[in-house]
Amino acid sequence: MMSRSARQAATPAPEAPAMPQNRLVTVEDLNVRFLSRDGDVSILNGVNFTLDRGEVLCLLGESGSGKSVTLRALMRLLPGNARISGRLEVDGHDIAAMKERQLRPLRGSTVAMIFQEPMTALDPVFTIGQQITETLRAHKGLSGGAARKRALELLELVQIPNAPARLKAYPHELSGGLRQRAMIALALSCDPKLLLADEPTTALDATVQIQVLLLLRELQKELGMATVFVTHDIGVACEIADRVGVMYAGRLVEGADVGRIIKEPLHPYTSALMRSTVHAGMRGQVLDSIPGAPPDLAALPPGCAFAPRCQSARSLCVQDEPGSTSLPAGRTVRCHIHGAEAAWRTSPPLAE
Amino acid sequence: MILYVIRRLLLAIPIAIGVTIVCFSLIHLAPGDPLSTVLPDNATPEVVEEIRAAYGFDKPLPVQYLVWLGNVVSGDFGLSIQSRRPVLGDIVPAVQNTMILAFAAVLIGFPFGTILGAIAGYSQGSLTDKVVTAISITGVSVPHYWLGMVLVVIFAVNMGALPAMGMGPGGQSDFALNWAHLRHLLLPAITLSVIPAGIIARSVRATIADVRKKDFVSTLRAKGLSPAWVFLHVAKNAAPVVLAVCGLQFAQLLGGSILVETVFSWPGTGFLMNSAIFTRDLPVLQGTILVLSLFFVVINLLVDVLQTVFDPRIRRG
Repeated sequence: MMSRSARQAATPAPEAPAMPQNRLVTVEDLNVRFLSRDGDVSILNGVNFTLDRGEVLCLLGESGSGKSVTLRALMRLLPGNARISGRLEVDGHDIAAMKERQLRPLRGSTVAMIFQEPMTALDPVFTIGQQITETLRAHKGLSGGAARKRALELLELVQIPNAPARLKAYPHELSGGLRQRAMIALALSCDPKLLLADEPTTALDATVQIQVLLLLRELQKELGMATVFVTHDIGVACEIADRVGVMYAGRLVEGADVGRIIKEPLHPYTSALMRSTVHAGMRGQVLDSIPGAPPDLAALPPGCAFAPRCQSARSLCVQDEPGSTSLPAGRTVRCHIHGAEAAWRTSPPLAE
Repeated sequence: MILYVIRRLLLAIPIAIGVTIVCFSLIHLAPGDPLSTVLPDNATPEVVEEIRAAYGFDKPLPVQYLVWLGNVVSGDFGLSIQSRRPVLGDIVPAVQNTMILAFAAVLIGFPFGTILGAIAGYSQGSLTDKVVTAISITGVSVPHYWLGMVLVVIFAVNMGALPAMGMGPGGQSDFALNWAHLRHLLLPAITLSVIPAGIIARSVRATIADVRKKDFVSTLRAKGLSPAWVFLHVAKNAAPVVLAVCGLQFAQLLGGSILVETVFSWPGTGFLMNSAIFTRDLPVLQGTILVLSLFFVVINLLVDVLQTVFDPRIRRG
């Protein structure tokens, strides 16, 4: 049985599209709904993306855009009332269909996660060392001594000074930056192929943010794991990403290489995001903020979810929901201006 | 850690002194003359004065307090007005008997309450949770003397399976680990265990449910640990709170229950206090209340120290 499926995987049927060898993550039409007594809420509405081995994807978006849910869906770390549909493949495993018990060997080893707030994400009553070694024991079957030795190496890898003493420290005895480094050490403990980082620098002081970001970039280059990095900070995305996915109201509205998206954002939301970011050399300029607020996911408007805040919106935009358009250089965008330009131009402008 | 224990010990001293003052003054502020029950109705005022002086009741209260405190510290709790024997001789066996009952109630009620609470905390909002909550609210709300009498009616009167009163066969009041004695222990211990079990179940449920919502539980799941292993983390986080509740309940059980010990004629502190109250036997009452209050202080101290074993953050506190 094993050998047969292995052979099948080695020689794909000619009619099937050849799966790229270095493809690690495939997400197709990912939908996540949260069930509740007051009615279901669709958090993700058909998210598509792929990730190659060693590649860094940044998911960019405002709070509530679904970027964290996308991240957590990749290891099915969602609350009990969440319902996932669509294709969700990581390293050949069908994550969406797996049983909880089958997921356990993957979590923490193949796929690891760094959380936003290291103070609350680490167990306050266990030492840093205990929290790292228990992962090593669970996945690598290391003995106590070997696990401690590896934990020490990991703390040194993330450049925690005085590592032997920090191993015995409790989370509250470390500074925010050191705690996040310990969290990174924990995530890297079992050599993950996919690292998920949920706003790992947001809760830190500005100077520490940069240190942790640089450390993450360095470790990613050194260890070569694919990374999905969730952030609302374009600066962070520029710093670390190969590709950027912009999310809005549970959809991926634009995806492109980081250089292209910064030079030439296609989706009006992406350009608005760029304009609303503060950076050097902007002193004296008027800062553009995006008018309005993200839509209520429980009551999404028909058509494009961004249309009510979009300056280029025409009546087509509030009637039809734009599909995803593939453009050259692997870019995708969900906007009528790029998908159905002629129809958009002929549709009447919105009345104020 | 040791510094914390020492500091906590030093803090216990003023509390203990406060306890002695409160229990001394409460009794002296209560209306009624302690001598009225022992003196014959036709006693002359001179005799009354003489006896008041003999017991020291003629001196001002602060002086009485200091004299009493000095005696207590040296182990002299005075003479019982009723039996004219040293009070300590009455208190020690009563405390022992109450302890036996309290330990039995702990053995029955604490594991039951903890397990029930943990199950409910792990299935928050489900039917199991609602059933457990209903059971624990019933446990807390049912008056235990009433429950005691119901148990007596069922198991002693109707079934004749268990004895209704006393500590042992033939009314003996010594304890031994055999069925003849354990039979006597069963009904009062079950009766006493119901309220602590209910209280513990409720607080364990709330604590476990609270800990399970914490971010680090997601981290533990993200690390791929088994549910049993995750529970270990949850349990250690919940332990300090649960320990505090258990300690309070244990101290309360050690205090004895006047009602339950009276229903089952269990010769413990509650029983002793009951008779001391009716006979206005102040030295006995004072001594018993003092000993029990000090138990409270000691157990709280033990709980505080034990909590640091589970939660390192308290050690610095």
